[in-house]
Amino acid sequence: MTIGRIVLKSLRQHALSTAITALSIALAGGLLMSVWSVKEQAQATFTQIDGGFDAVLGARSSKLQLVLNAVFHLEASPANIEWKDYLDAQKHPGVELAVPIAMGDNYRGYRIVGTLPEMFTKNEYAPGKRFVVQKPGRLFDVMLREAVVGSFAAKKLGLKYGSHFHPSHGLNHAEDHEHEEEYVVVGILEPSNTPADRVIWIPLEGVQKMSGHAVETATDVSAVLVKLRSTMAGPALDQLYNKKDNKLTFAWPIGATMAELFNKIGWFDRVLALVAALVALVAAGSVMASIYNSMNERRRQIAILRALGARRSTVAWTVVLEAVAIATLGGIIAFGVYGGIMGVAATIVQAQTGVVLDPLAWHPVLLWAPLGLIGLSALAGFVPALKAYRTDVATNLAPTD
Amino acid sequence: MPLLEISGLKKSFLAPDGSTHVVIDVPEFSLAEKAQVALSGESGLGKTTFLHLIAGILKPDAGSVKLTGRDVSSLGEAERDRLRALTLGYIFQTFNLLPAFTCLENVLLGMSFGPGADRTFAETLLRRVGLGDRLRHYPRQLSTGQQQRVAVARALANRPKLVLADEPTGNLDHVNGRAALKLIREACAENGAALLLVSHDREVLGQFETVLELAKINRATITAEVPA
Repeated sequence: MTIGRIVLKSLRQHALSTAITALSIALAGGLLMSVWSVKEQAQATFTQIDGGFDAVLGARSSKLQLVLNAVFHLEASPANIEWKDYLDAQKHPGVELAVPIAMGDNYRGYRIVGTLPEMFTKNEYAPGKRFVVQKPGRLFDVMLREAVVGSFAAKKLGLKYGSHFHPSHGLNHAEDHEHEEEYVVVGILEPSNTPADRVIWIPLEGVQKMSGHAVETATDVSAVLVKLRSTMAGPALDQLYNKKDNKLTFAWPIGATMAELFNKIGWFDRVLALVAALVALVAAGSVMASIYNSMNERRRQIAILRALGARRSTVAWTVVLEAVAIATLGGIIAFGVYGGIMGVAATIVQAQTGVVLDPLAWHPVLLWAPLGLIGLSALAGFVPALKAYRTDVATNLAPTD
Repeated sequence: MPLLEISGLKKSFLAPDGSTHVVIDVPEFSLAEKAQVALSGESGLGKTTFLHLIAGILKPDAGSVKLTGRDVSSLGEAERDRLRALTLGYIFQTFNLLPAFTCLENVLLGMSFGPGADRTFAETLLRRVGLGDRLRHYPRQLSTGQQQRVAVARALANRPKLVLADEPTGNLDHVNGRAALKLIREACAENGAALLLVSHDREVLGQFETVLELAKINRATITAEVPA
């Protein structure tokens, strides 16, 4: 018979309050871990994803808007740039690869992006990785109304090899803005876990010359994705394009531009840390309240244990260990809550951005959040433990005469 | 040397009106090893307080309680806890079994604060008190008489030198009370433990060869009103 056994019995004896308190710890822990993990993973992923390019060249606007629009396919395009701008960039000695993209249409909410085959044949979206078309598909023919669909978009839209669709005008779905052109799906891309997965790719000219689009701007592009020969070329191009009164913006480097976004919302981290601390405190407080409220009914048991020879410190530690046990139970369940929240969060993030979060990815929060909650709960347990320590044996054993 | 030696033992409590009420004033009392003595006295005479002082649960205001030669009253609380666990067995009127623990666990729990859990001996004791088939029953699943028998087994679990019994038959009917008393006396004798039992039940007291009146050894009962 050990202290552990006494703790176990007490947990069983107060099964309902144990379960409720452990669940509150689990919710707090799961919430802490998932919010932190989503934030960290999103930050890491968004600052790492560049689609294999170093910079974006677009109309004069904020660099962030350009990157979000051209790389993450999120924001609206600030304006178009001329074909000549693309050609100039392509010819620049510091540029290894320049790929123009044109946007402005969608199919049931999924963005249609016009581009050149180089996007797939010459570009590596990650070191050693190129976009691959699943068999029996192939790349679109630039002369035909053919499309290659990102894996996520294909799954969500139910598009398969050979499917036909009519693009709609604008970046948001509206049935009455459907173009008359019909496209056929000639390939589905293998998943790349990048924003490209939720894009429908068609030939550049397809977007430029889509019915209803302005004829006078039929050669314009939305942006040019640029891969540099070396990072040394970056500052020169930065100076060239970003000088005052230029009509273009050169967003370089892409990762730093995204990091700037996260720096701008650094206050969110502090708010999150504060909320996390409050959640943890509330959870530890629930452990304290749960045990403290049951102390009156425990007095007799404590007095009996003392009469049997248990020391004050023994009964006090029993209470602290009970708090630790409840928090540990909650901490274990928290991983289930974490898995659930992460699953939902990953689905939403992928649907919205194409970026894939990994619920099983290791992050130190998975260690410090449960351990922190257990530590805080142990501290909280000292309050009822003090009450147990002070319990008077003679008074609580039985009526004294 | 007697097993228990008490001299000049005094204990008083503070009444709600601020006055001090002396509850225990025992100039002298002793108990030999393996002796079985009953203390008689009506309710409110300080019987439980007297036993608590012997057990070291309460600390006296003055005097000494020597158990196996050690002055309980001069020991620190942790040492008193240890001495109680190793030397004493306590049977309460209300049994004081822990409801979340089985019969066997209640007995083992008593052992865990003393020399350590000895499952075989615990089972032997429970068989001895007639509960061999109730080892894994919880107190709520037992009759009152059976619960008292578990309390007897627990009191003897650490092979104590002295068993204190506080109105042990007070919650039992006539038949069960008599059986319980017989069991307590036999079990103490078999285990070589002395027994100090307090009761106001004449039938219980009639079973003992040595019966002392608490009113005669406790001078406080003559002069003081005991707080409820």
